[in-house]
Amino acid sequence: MMHRLSGLFMLLTMLGLAGCDPEQPPADAGFAGLGEQAEGFTQVTPDRRFEFPADHGAHPDFRIEWWYVTANLTDEDGREWGAQWTLFRQALQPQTPQGAEAGWNSAQVWLGHSAVIHADGHKYADRLARGGVGQAGVRVEPFEAWIDDWSLAQAGDTQGQDSFSALSVKAAGEDYRYQLNLTADRPVVPQGEQGYSRKSEGDQASYYYSQPFFSVEGAIEWEGERHTVSGQAWLDREWSSQPLAANQQGWDWFSLHLEGGEKLMLFRLRSTGGGHYYSGTWIQPDGETQPLAPDAIELEPLGETAVAGRDVPTRWRLKVPGRDFDVTTEPLNDQAWMGTTIPYWEGPIRFSGSHAGAGYLEMTGY
Amino acid sequence: MIHRLGWVLRTLLSHWRRHPLQGICLLVGLWLATALWTGVQALNEQAGDSYDRAASLFGEDNQSVLVSPGNQGFDQQYFITLRRAGWPVSPILQGSVTLALPDGPAGRRLQLTGIEPLSLPTQGSLVGAMQQVDLAGFLVPPGRTWIAPDTLAELGLASGDTAELANGQALPPLQTVESVPPGMLLVDIGVAQRVLDEPGRLSQLLVDSAFAADQPALPEQVALRWDVRGEGDLQRLTDSFHMNLTALGLLAFIVGLFIVHAAAGLAMEQRRGLLQTLRACGTSLRLVVCALLLELLVLALVGGSLGVLSGFALASLLVGDLAASLRGLYGAQVAGQLVLDSQWWLAGLAMSLAGTLLAGGSSVLKAMRLPVLAWARPQAWRDAQARSIKRLAIMGVLLLLVAGVLIYLGEGLVAGFMLLGCLLLGAAWLLPLMLSLLLRSGRKLARSPLGHWFWADSQQQLSGLSLALMALLLALAANIGVGSMTEGFRLTFTDWLDQRLAADLYLRPESQAQADSIEQWLSRQPSVQAQLPSWQVQSRVGDWPTEVSGVIDHPLYAQRWPLLEAAPGAWEQLAQGRGAVVSEQLAYRLEIELGDAIEVETPSGIWTLPVLGRYADYGNPKGQLLVSAEQLNQRWPGLEVSSIGLLVDDEAISELVAGLQDNFELGGFSLIDQAALKRYSQQVFEQTFAATAALNTLTLGVAAVALFTSLLSLADARLSQLAPLWSMGLRPSRLAWLSLAQMLMLATLTCALAIPVGLALAWCLVEVVNVQAFGWRLPWHWFPYQWLTLAGFALLAVLLASISPVWRIVRVGPTQLLRQFAHDA
Repeated sequence: MMHRLSGLFMLLTMLGLAGCDPEQPPADAGFAGLGEQAEGFTQVTPDRRFEFPADHGAHPDFRIEWWYVTANLTDEDGREWGAQWTLFRQALQPQTPQGAEAGWNSAQVWLGHSAVIHADGHKYADRLARGGVGQAGVRVEPFEAWIDDWSLAQAGDTQGQDSFSALSVKAAGEDYRYQLNLTADRPVVPQGEQGYSRKSEGDQASYYYSQPFFSVEGAIEWEGERHTVSGQAWLDREWSSQPLAANQQGWDWFSLHLEGGEKLMLFRLRSTGGGHYYSGTWIQPDGETQPLAPDAIELEPLGETAVAGRDVPTRWRLKVPGRDFDVTTEPLNDQAWMGTTIPYWEGPIRFSGSHAGAGYLEMTGY
Repeated sequence: MIHRLGWVLRTLLSHWRRHPLQGICLLVGLWLATALWTGVQALNEQAGDSYDRAASLFGEDNQSVLVSPGNQGFDQQYFITLRRAGWPVSPILQGSVTLALPDGPAGRRLQLTGIEPLSLPTQGSLVGAMQQVDLAGFLVPPGRTWIAPDTLAELGLASGDTAELANGQALPPLQTVESVPPGMLLVDIGVAQRVLDEPGRLSQLLVDSAFAADQPALPEQVALRWDVRGEGDLQRLTDSFHMNLTALGLLAFIVGLFIVHAAAGLAMEQRRGLLQTLRACGTSLRLVVCALLLELLVLALVGGSLGVLSGFALASLLVGDLAASLRGLYGAQVAGQLVLDSQWWLAGLAMSLAGTLLAGGSSVLKAMRLPVLAWARPQAWRDAQARSIKRLAIMGVLLLLVAGVLIYLGEGLVAGFMLLGCLLLGAAWLLPLMLSLLLRSGRKLARSPLGHWFWADSQQQLSGLSLALMALLLALAANIGVGSMTEGFRLTFTDWLDQRLAADLYLRPESQAQADSIEQWLSRQPSVQAQLPSWQVQSRVGDWPTEVSGVIDHPLYAQRWPLLEAAPGAWEQLAQGRGAVVSEQLAYRLEIELGDAIEVETPSGIWTLPVLGRYADYGNPKGQLLVSAEQLNQRWPGLEVSSIGLLVDDEAISELVAGLQDNFELGGFSLIDQAALKRYSQQVFEQTFAATAALNTLTLGVAAVALFTSLLSLADARLSQLAPLWSMGLRPSRLAWLSLAQMLMLATLTCALAIPVGLALAWCLVEVVNVQAFGWRLPWHWFPYQWLTLAGFALLAVLLASISPVWRIVRVGPTQLLRQFAHDA
């Protein structure tokens, strides 16, 4: 999901690559510089097929990549929580996998974001690290993605199953920490066309797969108080070298857990000249996927919230007419603002209408 | 009111039109005082600013760091382990490199610091500066070398240049970044590891200050310890140096104020009638005082502005020397380029204003007390003089008493400088009484009436000249004192260098491997009589930065290494590993006596060593101690040879140097012969005192100007006293000669008194201030030739200052003398 690019924007700006204000990106570089030409990096092509577990690891010949977990949780008192764990990789120049691990010569830079949220509060933190020396990175076997003391790691022996079938994720920031165990009994699902996810009418695209079927058990410590939580989580994996078109300014992205067991991913990329790009995937309870064509999706902002000095559409009407899907969404906490260097909105939502359930919403470029 | 003030001012200012020289003197006094003070402050501030830049680079002052117990490098795995345990630490690797500059034979030594920008604590000034630069360019090969703009300009390099090091390594292209401290090269940690040949090694970890506040316990597998680094050490080491400068600047300022006081006082005397007329015409006292204060204000502003500008010029001239000596002495990096700061203007002008009020205020007070009708009665001078001389002398004695108390009870450098201040001022205030007593006894010797007049008249002149003579005394005493100390230091230092640099050649191998092959090669050279390898580690003893140096057992040490104090068989015991000899300053700082035990921090814990002896180690701000090399290598395993001293047959030195250079590519400072090392040391020494010497000379110049002003001011008044003599038949030229003789006599007496005061000052400097500031005591030396030269210069200055006033006496026509005589009578 390109939704997750927001963190990257921060990364790029910190490194002086994006070099501008989030509200006014350069006209020729797309949001967060993600529309920049990617010379020397490997390009995304439609014919590639995923190979696991290798593709769970890093692809340093591509410019950007991420491991992204969002969880909708409930504690023992019935209170709803959300948790986010993200690790971004950015290559400052094309490198072979060996070069990426060659100590300080590595051109890989890693960025972590984590957040915990409930109806009355939101806490978040970020981490930045160099690759190549062990401070941050991703190992394929046994799987671990980490930055400092945050990690997303294979939990125990998966007994020949995919290493993403049992993961443990942990992070900590000021006055919060969490540790969650994620288990899935179905394989990961490719997004787009067999994992080739288009981002515009041109050839901007990324490789994209997800594990939307995690059930979660774990604990959140909030201001010194421990809460046992359970619920469901969604993991996204995506990498690319030039995922955005030059005129794309931001996006609105949804991951939805339907009560009937289906999963739905929807996004809209907003272009400066109007004519937004829509995409989505309908995922059956058994993991069967069906890509949604741009004209099969309708996303309509219903109401705005003033947050951090901006107006952000936190209530939406989502429609997939071909699936008789027509819902309105409400945020768990409409102040889910990630006030990191490059700010964005990311938080849990509930929806009702033709279908009901919970999920996550991310909005950038506001 | 304003209108009337304008008229009063115009009337008052008309005085300067008639006496332009007096006005100029007053301005010159203010100008010199402000210039010297501002110049010195500028130098100190420049240095302070440079230290601040270094201190705030990564965080606030007193940055918490993690270092290895023996202060050696450590594996970067500790960094990873700590980060993965959630510790906000950032790796640093420091070392020094020599730049191979096309126009410098020896190259310039700079500090190279390797950083990891993404993990740096956010409190530092560098993190702020990083927002402005292309960080990716810094991280990705070829990377960048960040350097301060002033350092770049000093090196004569330009942004984008690629600097080469003496060891052949190339640095990434240079890029200027404002917050980098002078004399530092900042590179990526990976580049630093390559350039310094320390792959995978770090020298310290910076810790985020909030996290470090309560120094949490380290994970077990991380063998590091907490430490607090800032520029605290540097501040401590250089404090005394800067205090010396401040004291000199203050002295110059005070001497300058003497000029102002003399000129302002004279102007007041001469305008006495004018003021009375103004008051008689109905001008209110308030208006007169307002006008006088306004006049002072204008003078202060004009003189102060001139002073600030010249102070800046003076500082610009001296800052190069200052930077070089601070670098040579303390390894402190000070930017060699000055920028005129608006703060200086304000501080300089404020100082000038305060000084003017202090020096000219008394004349305004006099004006306030001036009776409207009574005429000045010069006859009363004698009583008044006697009273004021007595009052001054009492205060002088009191100050000297305070000085005496300070010698016994004073502690620390500030007390040392207070002692100097009391001594100088006390002596100066006693001067008029001493001179008056001397003149009175001279008078007893007089036989002829003219002789009687000569002494009596000299005595009368005393009140007008005493301030100027005090200034002369101060300047001379300061020159003698500081000169004695400097010369004494020079003499001791040269002797000590001769003894201490016993080996003929010194070389610094780049690695242990190179050291081994050099040693093998040397053992095959018949001209090499002995090899003296030594090992050095930086550690701490009693929280004082200390270099521990391991030496081998060789008779040369006992023969040539002078000990100030030693236990019997000290060197044998040292060779057997039964103790250490320590440098004088370390012994002083830690109050160590012979036989006491000292505790040295080592990687394996505290190492307790008895003290076997004490040696002089002039010019080294750090502590040093010598121990047995064998013991050192046991405590610090894996140490590499730091340097090798060689005893070589004299005639074979150049051949051996050539051989070493050919075989091992030793360049720059890695191979140096005794003579060159001595030259370098002496050069550092000269630079250290260059600023002092320049300021000293200027102070003497200021005193001469003070004297000139006073004489000039007296010259007019003198006419009325000389007129009766003329009327009795003495020719003007005779009178002129007599006046000149009077002046020279007063100056000679002052010089004679200045010598003991100067010696007392030198004693204070050597025995109190130096010991407090540097931790070493210099042997006492006498320099009579230096005193004579100084006295000669002083008399010459007095002579020059007297020429114009005396010339006026010669040129005065009979008419004027007659008029003066008639008028007075």
